[in-house]
Amino acid sequence: MLEVSGLIKRFGGFTAVSNVSFKVEQGEILGLIGPNGSGKSTTFNLLSGTLAPTAGTIRFMGQEIGGLPPYKIINRGIGRTFQIPRPFKRLSLFENVALAGYYGQGQPSRTQAFDAAERALDMVGLTTDRKAGIGGLGAAGLKKLELAKALATQPKLLLADESLGGLDEAEMDQAADMLRRIRAELGITIIWVEHIMGVLMRVVDRVMVLDHGEKIAEGLPAEVSADPRVVEVYLGTDASEVQAAAAERA
Amino acid sequence: MFDIYLLEAGINGILLGGVLALLALGCNLVFGVIDVVWICYAEMIMMGMYGMFYLVSVYHWPFLLAAPVAIALVGIIGVLLHLIVIAPLLNAAPINQLLATGGVLAFLQALATVLFGIDFRNLGIRMPVIEVSDMYLSYARLLAFGTALAGMIAVYLFLSRTYTGTAIRAISQDRQIMPLMGVDSRKIYLITSLIGGSLAGLAACLLVLQYDVHPFIGLTFGPITFMICVLGGLGNMIGGFVASFIFAEIISVGGLYMDLEWGYVFAFVFFIVTMFVRPRGLLARKS
Repeated sequence: MLEVSGLIKRFGGFTAVSNVSFKVEQGEILGLIGPNGSGKSTTFNLLSGTLAPTAGTIRFMGQEIGGLPPYKIINRGIGRTFQIPRPFKRLSLFENVALAGYYGQGQPSRTQAFDAAERALDMVGLTTDRKAGIGGLGAAGLKKLELAKALATQPKLLLADESLGGLDEAEMDQAADMLRRIRAELGITIIWVEHIMGVLMRVVDRVMVLDHGEKIAEGLPAEVSADPRVVEVYLGTDASEVQAAAAERA
Repeated sequence: MFDIYLLEAGINGILLGGVLALLALGCNLVFGVIDVVWICYAEMIMMGMYGMFYLVSVYHWPFLLAAPVAIALVGIIGVLLHLIVIAPLLNAAPINQLLATGGVLAFLQALATVLFGIDFRNLGIRMPVIEVSDMYLSYARLLAFGTALAGMIAVYLFLSRTYTGTAIRAISQDRQIMPLMGVDSRKIYLITSLIGGSLAGLAACLLVLQYDVHPFIGLTFGPITFMICVLGGLGNMIGGFVASFIFAEIISVGGLYMDLEWGYVFAFVFFIVTMFVRPRGLLARKS
């Protein structure tokens, strides 16, 4: 479905993403992890079109999308959520999602956009009340809204950026569950960037690890967490957390 | 004590306020969405007034046929302004954007002087004055007020009921996120410029009934329009609406007791004092 090869992004003399290649198969959940500044977000920005690659190719459904403007990439079927939710505060909850549904699908009919918005809100468990504002949403609610906005664009591939940040443990399990359901019920392929590894390792099919812009490991959660280079990158609690989660899964 | 002159001045203030609100709406819409102040806004109105003058007085078109053409003409000027001047400067420093649109102001004044000369022109249409229980109200002002109000309601409905309108409201809140929701920002900017220009064109059709047009007529409306926008909170369309009526009432009622010029003096003093008390405008949003 997605085939990235030789992806490079430089900012001046700094190489944020260095010769990264990977594939994502239809229907899988790929975890993308790595320490701060490892190039995860840059990779997401390249995939969603916020940044243009310096070199390399990004093929989605057989077509090159590297360097296309974001709105065209969304219309091809790649949706994304943001680490820090950025809803439009002066629009209603429904307007926020319907707007994404309308433009994200390349401006279909009004009813189609409304339907997409309603299904997306149902999926994440937010109210479809047209009048509801977004003032009352807490951290978990805002994350759900982010997800609903991305789903309303009817993506084939969802880029989920730190869907767990700022949530308590029960909310994290809920959010992880939701990603599973999105794949199971809507058939959406997912790439999931996350800092909180335990939950991620229990959900994803495969993991890819970035460090200093380079891919240092890729494989099943159990393999990756046993990889000495990964353990080195995640010295301390994180590494044991990774292994514990992988063990629990096995 | 009931004072019929005060009532008359009050009503005239409301009528003036409607037209000022129309001027402020166009400016605020453009600023709110594109984040650039069209300093040359009043000069675009001037071009529309000349358009009306030539169509109606020289080519003898009926007024109601000429008006949509003039509105479209200024709408196109708005689009061209965006494409030629604003778009290349979207990420430039605000002062450069101001200087560029200020340059367009000087350009349009000079262009009008060269093309049309410095004569004062009017349509030669005499509008009746209506007498309502001892008060004298100008028909041109009533017409301008009604049309301005209708124009503003149309814009309001467009902004609140359509996806394009929702996108315009949304992009003024967070411009970086819009492309990531699948919105082509350039298209939204062009639509906004077209609407902003068309509003200037509508204002031109109304003002040409009350004022003679000459190359420097923009100076009559430009400064006051910007003061109203700033008073209401730049980019805040509702603030601009409220500020228009406050300004118009001060001018109209203030001018009742002394010369009309004093009305403007009071309005400007009010503006200066407000800027000290509320630098971000009367209805500034907490940011």
